[in-house]
Amino acid sequence: MKTLIVAAAEGEPINPVLPHTSEIIIGLIAFLLLLFVIKKFVSPKFEAVYAERAAKIEGGIEKAEQAQAQAQATLEQYKAQLAEARAEAARIRDDARIEGEQIISELRAKAQEESARIIAQGQTQLETQRAQIVAELRGELGRLAIDLADRVVGESLEDEVRRRGTVDRFLSELDGTSAPAAK
Amino acid sequence: MTTLVLASGGEFVAPGVKDFFPPAIFGSVDKPMVLLVLSVLIIGAFFILATRNMKLVPGKFQFLAESAYDIGRNSIAREQIGGKDFKPFVPLILTVFTFVLVNNLFGLVPFVQFPTMAHIGFPLAVSVLVIYPVYHFVGFKRHGFVGYLKHATMPPGAPWFVLILLIPIEFFQKFVLNPLTLAIRVFAAMFAGHLLLLVFTLAGEFLLLNGGITVVVAPIAFLFAIALTFLEALIMVLQAYIFALLSANYIGAALAEEH
Repeated sequence: MKTLIVAAAEGEPINPVLPHTSEIIIGLIAFLLLLFVIKKFVSPKFEAVYAERAAKIEGGIEKAEQAQAQAQATLEQYKAQLAEARAEAARIRDDARIEGEQIISELRAKAQEESARIIAQGQTQLETQRAQIVAELRGELGRLAIDLADRVVGESLEDEVRRRGTVDRFLSELDGTSAPAAK
Repeated sequence: MTTLVLASGGEFVAPGVKDFFPPAIFGSVDKPMVLLVLSVLIIGAFFILATRNMKLVPGKFQFLAESAYDIGRNSIAREQIGGKDFKPFVPLILTVFTFVLVNNLFGLVPFVQFPTMAHIGFPLAVSVLVIYPVYHFVGFKRHGFVGYLKHATMPPGAPWFVLILLIPIEFFQKFVLNPLTLAIRVFAAMFAGHLLLLVFTLAGEFLLLNGGITVVVAPIAFLFAIALTFLEALIMVLQAYIFALLSANYIGAALAEEH
């Protein structure tokens, strides 16, 4: 360098295209020093932050995807539940209808039975009343007939058995006459 | 006016090569060397301060540092070397980019005003002694000795008669020319740009102090100097970018599976 300056002072032209050894050495050392610092202390920190940032963003995306999947699952669950509820309601409705029909038919059968029973009861009652009345009338009619015969014939029929036989005969005759008339 | 001209002994001396070699500050250490060391300190301190307490959500300072790192990492290294192999070269490319950038920008800093890369020794040291060995080393390592020579000199698909011509050209380019042109490109741009600024500034000064009626032209010279300063700023950034880009490109080409 000194020689160069001396040369410059002496007016000799300096060739700027020819490199100076000292400058090459200093340039190389300075560059390698800077490279070392950046490689050792700077680059790893930047890369770490980049990686962390990427991880964070990816994590966020993953989380969002997870949330979405969860929401989807919940929605599906709700839909399934809704469908189930609907099916249940339909089934309950069907059941109720069937039950209602059953009740109605049961009631109807019961009512019919009841009415039949009432009718039958009425008939038997009527039957017994008729029999009673017939029996009463039979007794009354026998007594009246005997009284009448007593008065008309003037003779007392003391023999109970004979009298009963006479009355029965009379009644059977009476029945015999009244039955054809009823026919 | 004439007395002034006479007093200052007015003869315009155009700036030249000598302006690029200021006298030594002490010993054999001169201004560019000091600036170079200063650049290393500045870049190192900047990145270490920026990365000392990094946060997931960056602050302004961290964002600035990350932007610088991003240029080296994503827009240069990853683009040129490829997403598979670029990671180990990121520090190298980032260092190349910031080193050249800061040393270029010294040309614009008031009172410093000297682009260190206008001394060819510095870019040459980076290109020939760092980039050149690195890209050939990774090439030989990836493809083997013969494999890499083939890979570097024989573009696939070329017919044999073209290869006769192509092999020497490719060899000369990859093993001799590339590192030299890499250094000369930034050196020449810085040298010429600084010289241009010197011409306009010194001429404006001369016109202002020594000119007769020509003093009215002085502002025009200064105006040009200012305009050229902006142009220089662009060129400085661009040259640093190109230097890093081509470095990454050479590495990427050496590593590529096929052309």
